[in-house]
Formats: sequence, structure tokens, C-alpha cells
Amino acid sequence: MSPSARLQLETASHPEALKRIVIEPLTRVEGHGKVTLLMDEDDHVRQARLHIVEFRGFEKFIQGRPYWEVPVLVQRLCGICPVSHHLAAAKAVDMLVGARQLTPTADKLRRLLHYGQILQSHALHFFHLSSPDLLFGFDADVATRNIIGVIAAHPDLAVQGVKLRKYGQEVIRVLSGKRIHGVFAIPGGVNKAFSREDREYLAKDIDQVVAWSRGAVEIARSLYVGKLETSESFGAFRSNFLSLTTPKGDFELYDGALRARDDKGQTIFDQVDCAHYLRYLHEEVKSWSYMKFPFIVSLGNDEGWYRVGPLARINNAERMPTPLAEEARKVFMAMGKGEPVHATLAYHWARMIELLYAAEAIQGLLSDADIFGTDLMVKGEPALEGIGVIEAPRGTLFHHYKVDETGAIVKANLIVSTTNNNTAMNTAVREVAAQYLDGKKLTEGLLNHIEVAIRAYDPCLSCATHALGKMPLQVELIDADGQVVDRLVKGADGELSGEAV
Amino acid sequence: MAEKLKVATCSLAGCFGCHMSLLDIDERLLELLEVVQFDRSPINDLKHISQPVDLGLIEGGVCNAENVHTLREFRSMCKILVAVGECGITGGIPSMRNSFTLKECLDESYIRGMGVEFAHIPDDPEIPLLLNRVRPLHHIVKIDHFLPGCPPSADAIWYFLTELLAGRDPSLPRELIRYD
Ligand code: SF4
Repeated sequence: MSPSARLQLETASHPEALKRIVIEPLTRVEGHGKVTLLMDEDDHVRQARLHIVEFRGFEKFIQGRPYWEVPVLVQRLCGICPVSHHLAAAKAVDMLVGARQLTPTADKLRRLLHYGQILQSHALHFFHLSSPDLLFGFDADVATRNIIGVIAAHPDLAVQGVKLRKYGQEVIRVLSGKRIHGVFAIPGGVNKAFSREDREYLAKDIDQVVAWSRGAVEIARSLYVGKLETSESFGAFRSNFLSLTTPKGDFELYDGALRARDDKGQTIFDQVDCAHYLRYLHEEVKSWSYMKFPFIVSLGNDEGWYRVGPLARINNAERMPTPLAEEARKVFMAMGKGEPVHATLAYHWARMIELLYAAEAIQGLLSDADIFGTDLMVKGEPALEGIGVIEAPRGTLFHHYKVDETGAIVKANLIVSTTNNNTAMNTAVREVAAQYLDGKKLTEGLLNHIEVAIRAYDPCLSCATHALGKMPLQVELIDADGQVVDRLVKGADGELSGEAV
Repeated sequence: MAEKLKVATCSLAGCFGCHMSLLDIDERLLELLEVVQFDRSPINDLKHISQPVDLGLIEGGVCNAENVHTLREFRSMCKILVAVGECGITGGIPSMRNSFTLKECLDESYIRGMGVEFAHIPDDPEIPLLLNRVRPLHHIVKIDHFLPGCPPSADAIWYFLTELLAGRDPSLPRELIRYD
């Protein structure tokens, strides 16, 4: 199918004449999602959409709250990557208190927290949520196609996944007091020094964690190249990529400047100060989703959409700063033969390279004397506007706040990682619908193909609902009069039932 | 072997942190799976509860019509229904929007938002109706137990489950009851 045909699948010209199929709720993704497909009489797909159907209203209800509450409140957007929101908000708040440059200790301890988060989230995503599809097949028995099935069939691998996640969570607990929604970053620094005992506790397992992470890269690589043709074509399409990089253009997760490249790897913009993001990125509202559709302003809303997250970061980076991850990156990039890698399923492999990077970066920080410093806070000239940008597990995350003279929030803007991938995920859904579902009698296994594509992006639909929406997934058939004639629902036994409407 | 306890879980207007806290029992997950069988849950692909289950764990409050529907389905299918975490118990952080009208919240995101183009409020029939207020679970259905915390710690969840499995009163001891 040509790209233009794919674009047409966003909106059918006569939706009222089509059958509607709904996949709802989306499972093994974090949050609430829903996919609708419209099919014609011959079972050809005419429209496919991924909807976010939940809304929270964060940008409004934060107004009037004092700025220092924000890093604590905002992490409740998402229990999977609370640290990312905590840190992005803290970076914005640093600007509000005029803390231009944190002390080396505060900077490194925040990084340590962030790498712990990347490690736990990536492990969760790969092992707990996605590995069942990759190990058992996209249309395997629904009863075993989950982490419990993996524990039964591949106990060693499952336990490794559980322990990798546990280690990341322990890094977070040691620093912030709790595994989920702890508090560590405060305006201008961090609230606690790091002790020798903490270091000993985390250091004793880190070599093992690095070794397991190497193993995880190898698992992801061999799953990808083992079925190379499927891996490269499944829900695949070309796109632009956006991420942070260091001033040298190297891989970076905590700080840095914005880089966007096109599908051939040519620069769209580079080294853009995050404080200027609004000049470069806008968001389009569409009536059928609470999740907005961001795009690069200079390219416009049709052409300017992009992908973020592990695939974008690895594609955009000149180098990984740690040796094992750099080795792994080179092997990965060879797949692109001089161009960026575009395959949707390549996200998993890229994600495990980042897992390895996070493990090595933690290892490095644990032997850095700066982490024991006691100079934790800086202050400066207060400002009325703060912007914090970070690379969260799923991609670039923007937090932007304006305050009044009393320090109360008057305006907020968030672009969460998953929102940045909105058009990309919709494109992947359409691609898979065209490749696998078109003209077929739909089965549970076929519908799972759609979710496999969505899972590759590791969408955090919890975060994505910060605006006010929630997203369940289901498929329905609508007849020529616009009546819903059939609704395809996955039963708890995994059986599809065509619910009479 | 005795029959396994059938458990279903779901997230309504929550952040998934409570589900993550359940996974924070780490390797104890393997022990749990010896005695528990999961029905519908976001960690597997069962989209609806297939049969009555012993225990339902619900994270998050109620913010839209879809949530109300799912909550009622859970109540009718679960012998014991538990509100896990502050969002389910009080509405939590999402209920902060109750200080504003729904329209104010929608306008801020889709009309007045920074960098927003093609501004309008999404209104497709595919999007469930939002409630005017975010509500705790017990406003809609009877709840049998409350597990406080944001999220309740893995140890609190573990204590609750193991006491319940042993046939004892699963009420949390004082030291496991905390918001933060
Ligand atoms: S109680 Fe806390 S952890 Fe649980 S869903 Fe609500 S915000 Fe998330």
C-alpha cells in the first residue's frame, strides 16, 4: 500500500456505509486505549483509528497551586514512569527558582534516579508486556500470551525480567524513599545526600544487572533477526525522528538539546534549546481523540509528524556514551545500511540497547565520588516561566509552567512522550490493518496484531490521558445506514464474540 | 491442590501506579501464581471477566461513563471488591478537577492550550462521556475493602492477599496504612 493510501485510511469517505470493529480495552499497554476499524462489505479496511478516550484536565486543575507542589503532584499522571514526570517538572521548576546549573552531586543523583527509572520501565515493557507476543507468536493462544505464560515456558528469562525491573525500582526507592511516587528532586537540587551504605547496597548487584542487560540485548536482537522479514515489514513505515542529544550529538536521556531528522537521516533542526520548543512544535486537535497530534511547525501538520522513544534516540545519536551500549548500537545501525532504522518492531531491540546503557551508566555513577557530596541545592534569580524537557522511557517529555508573582501556577502545557508518537501509532495501526486484516475474516489473533504494533511503541496511555481522556480498545461493524450491526469483543476466554447490538 | 483464588483487576481513572505496586512484590509473584489465577487484567489479554471471580482489585476513581459501566460489571462478577489506592478511595489527584467545571478543563487543553492548532473540543461518538465530577468507587457500588496508599506498598498488597488466602481478616495493621 502506498503512503498516500495509508493516509486515506485515517478517514473513510462514507463511514456510515461501513461495518465497525472495536478492540477495547487495549491490553498489555499501560493505560486505556481503543482501536476502531471500519470495513466495507468485502471486508476491506476503510478506516482505522487509535483513540485515547480518557481525559484528566491536568493543565487546568494545576492552576492556582504553588509551583513547588508540581513535581509531587504531576507524577500521579503515571505510575509506570513517575520519575520522568517528577524530573521534567523539577527541571521546569529549577528555571522558576533561577537554578541554572545544579551542583555536580545533585545533577548526578538525579541522573542516577532517572537511569533506575529507564531500567525498570524498559524491563517491564519488554519482559512483562511485549515478550509474550515475540516468544509465542502474535496469534498464540490468548491463555498463555502473557507474562504468566512466559514464567511457565521460559522461567529463567521471566525471572531475569522481574529482577531487572526490581533493581531499577530499588535504585528509585533508595534515592526517593519509595518505589512509586517518591520525592527526591526539589527546586534547585535534591532533598537527600547519598550514603556509603546505599552505595554498597546498590553496588553489590550491578555487575550482574549489566550482564543480564547484555543478555537482554542479545535476546531482542535474535528475536528480530530470527524472523527478519516479518521484523522489517510488520507495521513498518518511514518517518522523521525527534530526540535530545548532547552538544556533540551523542545519546542523552536527562538533558541536552532537541534534534529532529528526516526519514533519510538529514537534519531538520539541531541543537535547539528546549526553552524554545514552542517555536518548533505545535499540536493538532482531532475530534476523535483526546490525545493531540504534535508536528514540526516548519513541515506542517501533514508532513511534520515524527517518532520519539528508543528508536528515535538511537537513530539520532552519533554515539552511545558507554562502551557496551555503543557496541550494541553499531550492530543495530548496520540494519539501516546508512539510513535510520524504520521498522516498528526495531523499537524492542533499541529499547534493550537503552536498558544496557542505563545499567552501565548506573555502574559508572556508583563509582563516581561526586555522588557522596553534600552540596545539594542552588538558588538564583526567580523567573515567571519554566520549561523542563527530558527523555522519558517512551520518548521526549515536555513540561512547561508559568507562575504569577506569588508562585502560583497560571498556565501549564505538557506534551507527554506517548502523545509525540500519536500519529506514528495510528500509522502503525493502519499499516497492520492493511497488511494483515484487509479482506480477511477477523479473528482474535489477527486483532492482536494491531495491539502488537501499538505495544512496540510502549505507549503509556496513562500519561497520555493527562489532558482529560481515557482510551479503551474494541472493534465494531456499522452498516450502510450507520447502525452498529456487529461488535467484535474479545471474551475472557479469548474467544471473539460478535455481540448483537 | 486446592482451587486457585480467581482474581480480576482493572484500572479506571488511575495512573497504573497501584498495578505497578502489585508487580513490586517481585519474585513473590511466582509464589502468588501458585495460589491465584488471574482473570481479566491489563497484564493479560482477557478483555472482560468471563465468570464470577473471588476477588476484584480496582485502581482509580470514576471519571467517565465507561468507568461506571466497567465498575458495575466488576461488582456483579466479584465476590469481594477492593478499592486499591487513593484514587479509588477518594478520587485522588484526578478529582482535583472537581474544583473546575468540565468545560473549563476541556477549554484549557484544546482551545486555549499553548501551541494548539485546529482548536476544538474532541466530540466524536467514539469518546466516552466524561462525568462532571470524578468520584470515588463507593459512590457507585458497594466496596468491601479499602487498601489505602498512593500507591499502597507492595508489602501492604502482599499482606492483604496472603491474609485473605489464609481465610483471615485481611484488614491492614497500623504500620501498613499510610498515604505516602
Ligand atoms: S492511588 Fe496513586 S498510585 Fe494508585 S492510581 Fe491513584 S495516583 Fe496512581
